[in-house]
Amino acid sequence: MDRRTFFKASLAGGTALAAGAASCPAQARETHPMPPEAVGLLFDSVLCVGCKACVAACKEANGMPMEFSTKDQYWDTPLDISGKTLNVIKAYRNGKMEAKDREENGFAFIKKSCMHCVDPSCVSACPVSAMKKDAKTGVVTYDKDACIGCRYCVAACPFGVPRFTYDSPTPQISKCQLCIHRHKDGKYAACAEVCPTGATLYGKVSVLREEAQRRLALKPGDKTEFPRGHLRAAEEKALQGAPEGKGEQRRQGWKDDGAQRYPGVAGQYLQHIYGEKEFGGTQMLMLSGVSFQKLGYPDLPPRSDAATSETLQHTLYGGLIAPIAVLGALTFIARRNVKPEDGEGGQNG
Amino acid sequence: MADHSYAHAPRPLGGSLFTPLTLLLGVLAGIAGVILLYRLFYGLGAVTNLNDGYPWGIWIAYDVVVGSAFACGGYAMALLVYIFNKGQYHPLVRPALLASLFGYTLAGASVIFDLGRWWNFWHIFWPGYAQVNSVMFEVAVCISAYIVVMWIEFSPAFLEKWGMKDVRQKLNKVLFFFIALGVLLPSMHQSSLGSLLVIFGEQIHPLWQSGMLLPVIYLMTAILLGFAVVIFEATLSSTGFKRQLETPVLTPLSKVMFGLLAAYVVVRVADLLLRGALGTAFAATWQAFWFWVEMACFVVPLVLLATEQARRSAAKLFVGAVLLMLGGFLLRINGFLVGYMTGEGWHYFPSLAELMVTVGLIAFEILAYIVIVRNYPVLPAAQPVTR
Ligand code: SF4
Ligand code: SF4
Ligand code: SF4
Repeated sequence: MDRRTFFKASLAGGTALAAGAASCPAQARETHPMPPEAVGLLFDSVLCVGCKACVAACKEANGMPMEFSTKDQYWDTPLDISGKTLNVIKAYRNGKMEAKDREENGFAFIKKSCMHCVDPSCVSACPVSAMKKDAKTGVVTYDKDACIGCRYCVAACPFGVPRFTYDSPTPQISKCQLCIHRHKDGKYAACAEVCPTGATLYGKVSVLREEAQRRLALKPGDKTEFPRGHLRAAEEKALQGAPEGKGEQRRQGWKDDGAQRYPGVAGQYLQHIYGEKEFGGTQMLMLSGVSFQKLGYPDLPPRSDAATSETLQHTLYGGLIAPIAVLGALTFIARRNVKPEDGEGGQNG
Repeated sequence: MADHSYAHAPRPLGGSLFTPLTLLLGVLAGIAGVILLYRLFYGLGAVTNLNDGYPWGIWIAYDVVVGSAFACGGYAMALLVYIFNKGQYHPLVRPALLASLFGYTLAGASVIFDLGRWWNFWHIFWPGYAQVNSVMFEVAVCISAYIVVMWIEFSPAFLEKWGMKDVRQKLNKVLFFFIALGVLLPSMHQSSLGSLLVIFGEQIHPLWQSGMLLPVIYLMTAILLGFAVVIFEATLSSTGFKRQLETPVLTPLSKVMFGLLAAYVVVRVADLLLRGALGTAFAATWQAFWFWVEMACFVVPLVLLATEQARRSAAKLFVGAVLLMLGGFLLRINGFLVGYMTGEGWHYFPSLAELMVTVGLIAFEILAYIVIVRNYPVLPAAQPVTR
């Protein structure tokens, strides 16, 4: 191969690469938007009394095994989510622990379970579509029959949510799937159903966000009402009595009437709905009196890592344009440089 | 046209297969086999120290990420010889390709044992399951394809031995295409091994979270490691098999390596400066410590091999190559383990069993290499010095 051909080939390769790179803006992947019908949870740390009814209910609803952290194994005492536990309530303690929801010398409770990210890292990472996000409800589900057990999802999730059963020869991922298996029986998230104070509420994310905003607008000490269980939008409630087949709720057959409310007094909140912006948004929203970082939740940028990672992949491999072009150039060059003897040898040696 | 004249075409070395060294290697490989069998029956937790804070241990970070980069000799040499048409390095291609073949094949095979639900592994290649946005999908498919391509590229050595002339001739006509593939595929997955870290976002220490530059950094070091490994292996097999040193051909090779190394150090430092991450290198943390060790492993060879005279010294070449291999090793271990910060309370250090599997794997690689070069035409025949 002489210099001219080499030059031509390099030019061909370079042009191909440039073409691949130029197609990149079209393929830049933005952070996904929230599905309009997205459902999720609102966790209000100020309302949580730390009773852990939700931890027990979650175990029962999902058929998860007991987990012990005390010497006498009397009852289920998980310290963190794990291969056996999908949901825990953790305590924040500081100094003398004199007052609830105070950072200094105070304490607080926080829920830990899947955030059902709007643009989840686990779904983008999973090579075999075992992690999926439902296009309508946005619930992030796991299918063990598809899973190869590579644990890329475990490593990728910024909240450390997916857990793995390392001790089993047939291990699997454990993570909250928002109790979707209960929907067909007209039930919703078990943790929200049993929560006595409504600290964990189930509902459409749009409705939950409004409720969160309402609470943040209250002045501490204001008299108010708190909903409990399944929070529905006004128009959803109007459909409650509608005949079979008319309203969505009717069809889904929610057993709960969603009307439970009780009088209460507004607490002291940070003016921040965690999960509204973080990481492109999450379908579990959180309110608190103590900074979320102190409660173990990372301070995340509004852009999801999935968007960054997929932009990179699409830029390099979108439509396989760049790889094919480069392969063409390489084949062209190699064809000139590879001698028949390259496959031989052993004869003239 | 450059003239490829193969004064010393490859030949089987012959010689005994049973030596204390090969026996030791065999025992080590056997131990690893037993541990892996145990893992299949009792789960990953029974033999590894993996946990939900460190779901990936050395079986991924070393066996796959580092191991495949160490196996880039074949790729780097093919790039040089067939794409940049540097025929003088031709004698180095086959041995390098052989080492790559084993490195990759074993990395690919060992992944199976790291997969929790290994019986489903074919899902990666199956439409309907395959998830093309996943970086791991790209890495897995590309590495698998490369292993197949390498076996095809290397098959002339076997066909020669088995005397299958017609097959070999047919293959020779299309070999250039496989050689082109054999350059494209590693370029893709070696860069993607870096891209694996992108989705970890802020869980990776800023010293190693280079975002969109990760593929560039991993690709550059993979080629660099490829050259370093070729120098390392050529020196070792000259000594080990009592053959003449290949310094005359390694000297110009190290010049190419030196140029790439200089470019890499510039890219790495510029990236840290642009992202404003260099400050964290001066904090009193383990991450900062290992960062400096890693950087030293790249910068010292840059100084050591700066002159033509230095590059003529077999000893300096060897030291430079070893340092570069260490640097590439650290870059990857730092990125995947040392700089992986998943929250407080998590610790990971490989268990003895995990280490023994990795050691056994390396032992098996060396053993297979010895067996093959003694029986098949891989290494250039005893050569007169051609200078
Ligand atoms: S919190 Fe983690 S596991 Fe849950 S959806 Fe988000 S990335 Fe996936
Ligand atoms: S462990 Fe399973 S669910 Fe998680 S990324 Fe791997 S294949 Fe997907
Ligand atoms: S939604 Fe269901 S699975 Fe998820 S934390 Fe609540 S009870 Fe557990």
